[in-house]
Amino acid sequence: MDDLIVAVAQHRDRAAFRELFDHFAPRLKAFVMRQGLDSQMAEEVTQEAMVRVWQKAQQFDPSKARASTWIFTIARNLRIDFLRKSYRPEPDPDDPAMVPDAEPGGFAHVAQAQEAERLRAAIAVLPDDQRVVLHLAFFEEKTHPEIAEQLGIPLGTVKSRIRLAFKRVRSELGEDQ
Amino acid sequence: MTIAHHPSEELLLDYASGALTESWSLAVATHLALCPECRHEVARMEAVGGGLLDALTPTACSDAAFDAVLARLTDGADAAPITVPRETLHETAGPAPVLPDPLRGYIGADLDGVPWQRLGLGAYQCLVRTEDGVTARLLRIPAGRPVPEHTHRGQELTLVLRGAFSDQTGHYGAGDFQEADEHIKHQPHAAPGEDCICLAITDAPLRFRSLAARLVQPLLGI
Repeated sequence: MDDLIVAVAQHRDRAAFRELFDHFAPRLKAFVMRQGLDSQMAEEVTQEAMVRVWQKAQQFDPSKARASTWIFTIARNLRIDFLRKSYRPEPDPDDPAMVPDAEPGGFAHVAQAQEAERLRAAIAVLPDDQRVVLHLAFFEEKTHPEIAEQLGIPLGTVKSRIRLAFKRVRSELGEDQ
Repeated sequence: MTIAHHPSEELLLDYASGALTESWSLAVATHLALCPECRHEVARMEAVGGGLLDALTPTACSDAAFDAVLARLTDGADAAPITVPRETLHETAGPAPVLPDPLRGYIGADLDGVPWQRLGLGAYQCLVRTEDGVTARLLRIPAGRPVPEHTHRGQELTLVLRGAFSDQTGHYGAGDFQEADEHIKHQPHAAPGEDCICLAITDAPLRFRSLAARLVQPLLGI
Protein backbone atom coordinates (compact mmCIF):
# COMPACT_ATOMS: atom_id res chain seq x y z
CA MET A 1 0.00 0.00 0.00
CA ASP A 2 2.82 2.38 0.90
CA ASP A 3 4.43 1.74 -2.49
CA LEU A 4 1.18 2.57 -4.25
CA ILE A 5 1.08 6.03 -2.69
CA VAL A 6 4.72 6.55 -3.64
CA ALA A 7 3.88 5.51 -7.24
CA VAL A 8 1.03 8.03 -7.29
CA ALA A 9 3.35 10.71 -5.91
CA GLN A 10 6.26 10.08 -8.25
CA HIS A 11 4.61 8.95 -11.47
CA ARG A 12 0.99 10.11 -11.09
CA ASP A 13 0.28 6.40 -11.62
CA ARG A 14 -3.45 5.90 -12.19
CA ALA A 15 -3.33 2.10 -11.98
CA ALA A 16 -1.74 2.38 -8.54
CA PHE A 17 -4.38 4.93 -7.59
CA ARG A 18 -7.10 2.50 -8.68
CA GLU A 19 -5.68 -0.14 -6.33
CA LEU A 20 -5.56 2.37 -3.48
CA PHE A 21 -9.11 3.38 -4.23
CA ASP A 22 -10.36 -0.20 -4.28
CA HIS A 23 -8.80 -0.89 -0.90
CA PHE A 24 -9.45 2.36 0.95
CA ALA A 25 -12.61 3.90 -0.50
CA PRO A 26 -14.97 1.24 0.93
CA ARG A 27 -13.22 1.53 4.32
CA LEU A 28 -13.37 5.32 4.24
CA LYS A 29 -17.05 5.08 3.39
CA ALA A 30 -17.63 2.79 6.37
CA PHE A 31 -15.57 5.19 8.50
CA VAL A 32 -17.65 8.27 7.66
CA MET A 33 -20.91 6.34 7.92
CA ARG A 34 -19.94 5.70 11.54
CA GLN A 35 -20.43 9.45 11.98
CA GLY A 36 -24.08 9.05 11.06
CA LEU A 37 -23.85 10.11 7.41
CA ASP A 38 -26.12 8.40 4.90
CA SER A 39 -24.67 6.34 2.10
CA GLN A 40 -24.78 9.04 -0.56
CA MET A 41 -23.27 11.76 1.63
CA ALA A 42 -20.63 9.30 2.88
CA GLU A 43 -19.70 8.54 -0.70
CA GLU A 44 -19.21 12.23 -1.47
CA VAL A 45 -16.92 12.63 1.53
CA THR A 46 -15.03 9.47 0.48
CA GLN A 47 -14.53 10.84 -3.01
CA GLU A 48 -13.22 14.09 -1.57
CA ALA A 49 -10.80 12.13 0.64
CA MET A 50 -9.49 10.14 -2.35
CA VAL A 51 -9.01 13.36 -4.35
CA ARG A 52 -6.89 14.63 -1.46
CA VAL A 53 -4.89 11.39 -1.46
CA TRP A 54 -4.03 12.07 -5.10
CA GLN A 55 -3.24 15.74 -4.47
CA LYS A 56 -1.17 15.24 -1.34
CA ALA A 57 0.61 11.99 -2.28
CA GLN A 58 3.95 13.83 -2.43
CA GLN A 59 3.63 14.70 1.25
CA PHE A 60 3.47 11.00 2.19
CA ASP A 61 6.63 9.83 3.95
CA PRO A 62 6.72 6.02 4.25
CA SER A 63 9.47 6.28 6.88
CA LYS A 64 7.10 8.17 9.19
CA ALA A 65 3.70 6.57 8.71
CA ARG A 66 1.99 3.67 7.03
CA ALA A 67 -0.49 4.18 4.22
CA SER A 68 -3.52 3.51 6.42
CA THR A 69 -2.24 5.91 9.10
CA TRP A 70 -1.68 8.65 6.56
CA ILE A 71 -5.09 8.09 4.97
CA PHE A 72 -6.68 8.12 8.43
CA THR A 73 -5.19 11.59 9.07
CA ILE A 74 -6.53 12.81 5.72
CA ALA A 75 -10.02 11.53 6.56
CA ARG A 76 -9.84 12.99 10.07
CA ASN A 77 -8.81 16.44 8.80
CA LEU A 78 -11.43 16.32 6.06
CA ARG A 79 -14.09 15.57 8.66
CA ILE A 80 -13.02 18.64 10.63
CA ASP A 81 -12.73 21.00 7.61
CA PHE A 82 -15.71 19.77 5.73
CA LEU A 83 -18.25 18.50 8.24
CA ARG A 84 -17.45 20.57 11.31
CA LYS A 85 -16.26 23.66 9.42
CA SER A 86 -13.66 24.00 12.10
CA TYR A 87 -9.88 24.23 12.32
CA ARG A 88 -7.28 21.90 13.74
CA PRO A 89 -3.97 23.69 14.30
CA GLU A 90 -0.93 21.46 13.76
CA PRO A 91 2.79 21.90 14.33
CA ASP A 92 4.73 22.89 11.22
CA PRO A 93 7.70 20.55 10.58
CA ASP A 94 9.55 23.37 8.75
CA ASP A 95 9.22 25.79 11.66
CA PRO A 96 12.66 26.89 12.90
CA ALA A 97 11.24 27.09 16.45
CA MET A 98 10.26 23.39 16.40
CA VAL A 99 12.35 21.26 18.76
CA PRO A 100 13.75 18.50 16.50
CA ASP A 101 13.56 14.76 17.19
CA ALA A 102 16.38 13.33 19.26
CA GLU A 103 17.69 11.22 16.38
CA PRO A 104 17.43 11.57 12.61
CA GLY A 105 14.10 10.23 11.45
CA GLY A 106 12.80 10.49 14.98
CA PHE A 107 11.39 7.25 16.26
CA ALA A 108 10.68 5.71 12.86
CA HIS A 109 13.11 2.87 13.35
CA VAL A 110 10.61 0.02 13.66
CA ALA A 111 10.31 -1.80 10.36
CA GLN A 112 7.07 -0.44 8.96
CA ALA A 113 5.67 -3.65 7.53
CA GLN A 114 6.35 -5.54 10.70
CA GLU A 115 4.87 -2.77 12.76
CA ALA A 116 1.70 -2.86 10.69
CA GLU A 117 1.27 -6.56 11.42
CA ARG A 118 2.06 -6.18 15.09
CA LEU A 119 -0.22 -3.20 15.43
CA ARG A 120 -3.08 -5.14 13.89
CA ALA A 121 -2.38 -7.98 16.30
CA ALA A 122 -2.19 -5.57 19.24
CA ILE A 123 -5.56 -4.02 18.41
CA ALA A 124 -7.09 -7.45 17.85
CA VAL A 125 -6.29 -8.64 21.37
CA LEU A 126 -7.55 -5.54 23.21
CA PRO A 127 -10.35 -6.29 25.68
CA ASP A 128 -13.78 -5.20 24.46
CA ASP A 129 -14.19 -2.36 26.95
CA GLN A 130 -10.93 -0.77 25.76
CA ARG A 131 -11.76 -1.32 22.11
CA VAL A 132 -15.17 0.36 22.53
CA VAL A 133 -13.48 3.47 23.94
CA LEU A 134 -11.05 3.61 20.99
CA HIS A 135 -13.91 3.15 18.52
CA LEU A 136 -15.87 6.02 20.06
CA ALA A 137 -12.77 8.21 19.95
CA PHE A 138 -11.62 7.46 16.41
CA PHE A 139 -14.87 6.67 14.62
CA GLU A 140 -17.27 9.02 16.37
CA GLU A 141 -14.85 11.78 17.31
CA LYS A 142 -15.89 11.80 20.95
CA THR A 143 -13.72 13.47 23.58
CA HIS A 144 -13.05 11.44 26.70
CA PRO A 145 -15.68 13.31 28.77
CA GLU A 146 -18.24 12.63 26.01
CA ILE A 147 -17.29 8.95 26.01
CA ALA A 148 -17.84 8.80 29.78
CA GLU A 149 -21.27 10.36 29.34
CA GLN A 150 -22.28 8.07 26.49
CA LEU A 151 -21.21 4.88 28.25
CA GLY A 152 -22.53 6.11 31.60
CA ILE A 153 -19.23 5.41 33.35
CA PRO A 154 -16.99 7.70 35.44
CA LEU A 155 -14.43 9.87 33.66
CA GLY A 156 -11.67 8.15 35.62
CA THR A 157 -12.71 4.79 34.16
CA VAL A 158 -12.49 6.17 30.62
CA LYS A 159 -9.04 7.59 31.36
CA SER A 160 -7.78 4.31 32.74
CA ARG A 161 -9.16 2.34 29.76
CA ILE A 162 -7.38 4.70 27.36
CA ARG A 163 -4.15 4.35 29.31
CA LEU A 164 -4.41 0.57 29.49
CA ALA A 165 -5.18 0.32 25.77
CA PHE A 166 -2.11 2.33 24.79
CA LYS A 167 0.07 0.60 27.34
CA ARG A 168 -0.88 -2.68 25.71
CA VAL A 169 -0.30 -1.34 22.20
CA ARG A 170 3.12 -0.06 23.27
CA SER A 171 4.13 -3.34 24.79
CA GLU A 172 2.93 -5.29 21.72
CA LEU A 173 5.13 -2.99 19.65
CA GLY A 174 8.05 -3.71 21.95
CA GLU A 175 8.21 -0.13 23.22
CA ASP A 176 7.34 -0.68 26.84
CA GLN A 177 8.94 1.98 28.98
CA MET B 1 14.38 22.27 26.85
CA THR B 2 13.64 19.55 29.40
CA ILE B 3 9.93 18.97 29.65
CA ALA B 4 8.64 17.50 32.90
CA HIS B 5 4.87 17.92 32.48
CA HIS B 6 3.13 16.59 29.38
CA PRO B 7 -0.48 16.56 28.23
CA SER B 8 -2.33 13.50 29.54
CA GLU B 9 -2.65 10.47 27.30
CA GLU B 10 -6.40 11.02 26.98
CA LEU B 11 -5.92 14.64 25.86
CA LEU B 12 -3.38 13.50 23.24
CA LEU B 13 -5.90 10.89 22.08
CA ASP B 14 -8.59 13.58 21.77
CA TYR B 15 -6.13 15.55 19.61
CA ALA B 16 -5.13 12.52 17.50
CA SER B 17 -8.73 11.47 16.89
CA GLY B 18 -9.75 14.98 15.86
CA ALA B 19 -12.24 15.45 18.69
CA LEU B 20 -10.75 18.65 20.14
CA THR B 21 -12.00 22.05 19.06
CA GLU B 22 -9.66 24.74 17.79
CA SER B 23 -8.41 26.37 21.03
CA TRP B 24 -7.59 23.08 22.79
CA SER B 25 -5.90 21.82 19.63
CA LEU B 26 -3.82 25.01 19.51
CA ALA B 27 -2.43 24.34 22.99
CA VAL B 28 -1.69 20.67 22.26
CA ALA B 29 -0.16 21.39 18.83
CA THR B 30 2.07 24.14 20.26
CA HIS B 31 3.31 21.74 22.95
CA LEU B 32 3.94 19.12 20.23
CA ALA B 33 6.19 21.60 18.40
CA LEU B 34 8.33 21.69 21.55
CA CYS B 35 8.09 18.01 22.52
CA PRO B 36 9.38 15.18 20.25
CA GLU B 37 8.23 12.62 22.84
CA CYS B 38 4.57 13.65 22.59
CA ARG B 39 4.82 13.89 18.78
CA HIS B 40 5.86 10.26 18.82
CA GLU B 41 2.95 9.39 21.10
CA VAL B 42 0.48 11.14 18.77
CA ALA B 43 2.02 9.39 15.74
CA ARG B 44 1.46 6.05 17.47
CA MET B 45 -2.15 6.99 18.22
CA GLU B 46 -2.69 7.95 14.59
CA ALA B 47 -1.26 4.57 13.63
CA VAL B 48 -3.90 2.96 15.86
CA GLY B 49 -6.50 5.10 14.03
CA GLY B 50 -5.10 3.77 10.76
CA GLY B 51 -5.21 0.21 12.08
CA LEU B 52 -8.86 0.64 13.09
CA LEU B 53 -9.68 2.14 9.68
CA ASP B 54 -8.02 -0.84 7.99
CA ALA B 55 -9.94 -3.30 10.14
CA LEU B 56 -13.35 -1.78 9.33
CA THR B 57 -15.75 -3.91 7.34
CA PRO B 58 -15.74 -2.24 3.91
CA THR B 59 -18.96 -0.65 2.64
CA ALA B 60 -19.25 -0.98 -1.14
CA CYS B 61 -19.06 2.24 -3.14
CA SER B 62 -21.25 2.83 -6.18
CA ASP B 63 -19.84 1.88 -9.58
CA ALA B 64 -19.64 5.51 -10.56
CA ALA B 65 -17.55 6.53 -7.54
CA PHE B 66 -14.12 5.89 -9.04
CA ASP B 67 -14.99 7.64 -12.30
CA ALA B 68 -16.29 10.63 -10.37
CA VAL B 69 -12.96 10.89 -8.57
CA LEU B 70 -10.99 10.34 -11.77
CA ALA B 71 -12.85 13.21 -13.41
CA ARG B 72 -11.65 15.52 -10.65
CA LEU B 73 -7.96 14.63 -10.73
CA THR B 74 -5.59 17.18 -12.06
CA ASP B 75 -1.99 16.30 -12.75
CA GLY B 76 -0.90 19.45 -11.00
CA ALA B 77 0.96 18.74 -7.80
CA ASP B 78 -1.44 20.23 -5.35
CA ALA B 79 -4.72 21.97 -5.45
CA ALA B 80 -5.08 24.45 -2.65
CA PRO B 81 -5.95 22.58 0.54
CA ILE B 82 -8.63 24.05 2.76
CA THR B 83 -6.61 25.97 5.31
CA VAL B 84 -6.95 29.10 7.33
CA PRO B 85 -5.15 31.94 5.65
CA ARG B 86 -2.89 32.87 8.51
CA GLU B 87 0.35 34.69 8.43
CA THR B 88 3.27 32.44 9.20
CA LEU B 89 6.58 34.09 9.68
CA HIS B 90 9.49 31.91 8.66
CA GLU B 91 12.68 33.73 9.49
CA THR B 92 15.45 32.65 7.20
CA ALA B 93 18.24 34.15 9.25
CA GLY B 94 18.85 35.09 12.84
CA PRO B 95 17.92 33.17 15.97
CA ALA B 96 14.96 30.79 15.98
CA PRO B 97 11.69 32.35 17.13
CA VAL B 98 10.63 31.89 20.77
CA LEU B 99 6.98 31.15 19.97
CA PRO B 100 6.59 28.03 17.85
CA ASP B 101 3.95 27.47 15.19
CA PRO B 102 1.01 27.13 15.17
CA LEU B 103 0.84 29.75 17.96
CA ARG B 104 3.16 32.24 16.19
CA GLY B 105 0.94 32.12 13.11
CA TYR B 106 -2.13 32.87 15.22
CA ILE B 107 -0.50 35.89 16.84
CA GLY B 108 1.10 37.03 13.60
CA ALA B 109 4.32 37.85 15.42
CA ASP B 110 6.99 36.36 17.62
CA LEU B 111 7.32 37.21 21.30
CA ASP B 112 8.87 40.64 20.66
CA GLY B 113 5.86 41.66 18.56
CA VAL B 114 2.99 40.55 20.82
CA PRO B 115 0.39 43.33 21.20
CA TRP B 116 0.10 43.11 24.99
CA GLN B 117 -2.87 44.55 26.88
CA ARG B 118 -2.29 45.67 30.45
CA LEU B 119 -4.12 43.59 33.08
CA GLY B 120 -2.94 45.54 36.10
CA LEU B 121 -0.55 44.46 38.88
CA GLY B 122 2.20 44.25 36.29
CA ALA B 123 0.50 41.45 34.33
CA TYR B 124 -0.42 41.54 30.64
CA GLN B 125 -2.52 39.46 28.29
CA CYS B 126 -3.01 39.06 24.56
CA LEU B 127 -6.22 37.40 23.39
CA VAL B 128 -5.67 34.85 20.61
CA ARG B 129 -8.43 34.74 18.02
CA THR B 130 -10.06 31.33 17.81
CA GLU B 131 -13.51 30.50 16.55
CA ASP B 132 -14.75 27.83 18.94
CA GLY B 133 -16.05 30.10 21.68
CA VAL B 134 -13.25 29.08 24.03
CA THR B 135 -10.88 31.70 25.45
CA ALA B 136 -7.26 31.40 24.31
CA ARG B 137 -4.78 34.02 25.44
CA LEU B 138 -1.14 34.66 26.11
CA LEU B 139 -0.43 35.75 29.68
CA ARG B 140 2.61 37.57 30.97
CA ILE B 141 3.01 37.39 34.74
CA PRO B 142 5.83 39.40 36.32
CA ALA B 143 8.68 37.36 37.84
CA GLY B 144 8.05 36.31 41.42
CA ARG B 145 4.45 37.55 41.46
CA PRO B 146 1.35 35.49 42.18
CA VAL B 147 -1.57 35.11 39.82
CA PRO B 148 -4.73 35.76 41.89
CA GLU B 149 -6.14 32.54 43.34
CA HIS B 150 -9.07 31.31 41.34
CA THR B 151 -11.21 28.26 40.83
CA HIS B 152 -12.69 27.25 37.53
CA ARG B 153 -15.99 26.13 36.23
CA GLY B 154 -14.41 24.06 33.58
CA GLN B 155 -11.15 23.05 32.06
CA GLU B 156 -8.00 25.07 31.83
CA LEU B 157 -4.85 24.24 29.88
CA THR B 158 -1.65 26.19 30.46
CA LEU B 159 1.50 25.88 28.33
CA VAL B 160 4.62 27.71 29.53
CA LEU B 161 6.60 29.36 26.74
CA ARG B 162 9.16 31.33 28.72
CA GLY B 163 10.07 31.64 32.38
CA ALA B 164 8.28 29.38 34.85
CA PHE B 165 5.51 29.20 37.43
CA SER B 166 4.84 27.03 40.45
CA ASP B 167 1.71 26.05 42.31
CA GLN B 168 0.61 23.30 44.70
CA THR B 169 0.89 20.75 41.89
CA GLY B 170 4.50 21.47 40.94
CA HIS B 171 6.97 23.60 39.01
CA TYR B 172 6.30 24.35 35.35
CA GLY B 173 9.07 25.56 33.03
CA ALA B 174 9.24 26.26 29.30
CA GLY B 175 7.40 23.59 27.31
CA ASP B 176 5.55 22.26 30.37
CA PHE B 177 1.83 21.69 30.10
CA GLN B 178 -0.75 21.85 32.89
CA GLU B 179 -4.30 20.54 32.77
CA ALA B 180 -6.54 21.88 35.52
CA ASP B 181 -10.24 21.43 36.15
CA GLU B 182 -12.80 22.68 38.64
CA HIS B 183 -11.36 20.45 41.37
CA ILE B 184 -8.07 22.28 41.45
CA LYS B 185 -7.87 25.48 43.47
CA HIS B 186 -4.41 26.68 42.75
CA GLN B 187 -2.44 29.82 43.24
CA PRO B 188 0.28 29.93 40.59
CA HIS B 189 3.34 32.11 41.24
CA ALA B 190 5.68 33.20 38.48
CA ALA B 191 9.20 32.04 39.34
CA PRO B 192 11.79 34.69 40.11
CA GLY B 193 14.19 35.72 37.35
CA GLU B 194 12.13 36.48 34.28
CA ASP B 195 8.47 37.11 33.49
CA CYS B 196 6.43 33.96 32.94
CA ILE B 197 4.79 33.84 29.52
CA CYS B 198 2.23 31.15 28.92
CA LEU B 199 -0.64 30.22 26.65
CA ALA B 200 -3.82 29.70 28.67
CA ILE B 201 -7.00 28.09 27.36
CA THR B 202 -10.14 28.34 29.50
CA ASP B 203 -13.66 27.28 28.65
CA ALA B 204 -15.33 29.24 31.44
CA PRO B 205 -14.69 32.63 32.97
CA LEU B 206 -12.16 32.44 35.77
CA ARG B 207 -13.57 32.93 39.22
CA PHE B 208 -11.06 34.85 41.25
CA ARG B 209 -11.40 34.33 44.95
CA SER B 210 -10.14 37.69 46.11
CA LEU B 211 -12.85 40.31 46.29
CA ALA B 212 -10.70 43.01 44.68
CA ALA B 213 -9.96 40.77 41.72
CA ARG B 214 -13.65 39.82 41.45
CA LEU B 215 -14.65 43.46 41.23
CA VAL B 216 -12.31 44.22 38.33
CA GLN B 217 -12.85 40.91 36.52
CA PRO B 218 -15.77 42.12 34.35
CA LEU B 219 -13.68 45.09 33.27
CA LEU B 220 -10.81 42.88 32.16
CA GLY B 221 -12.88 40.50 30.11
CA ILE B 222 -11.43 37.41 31.81
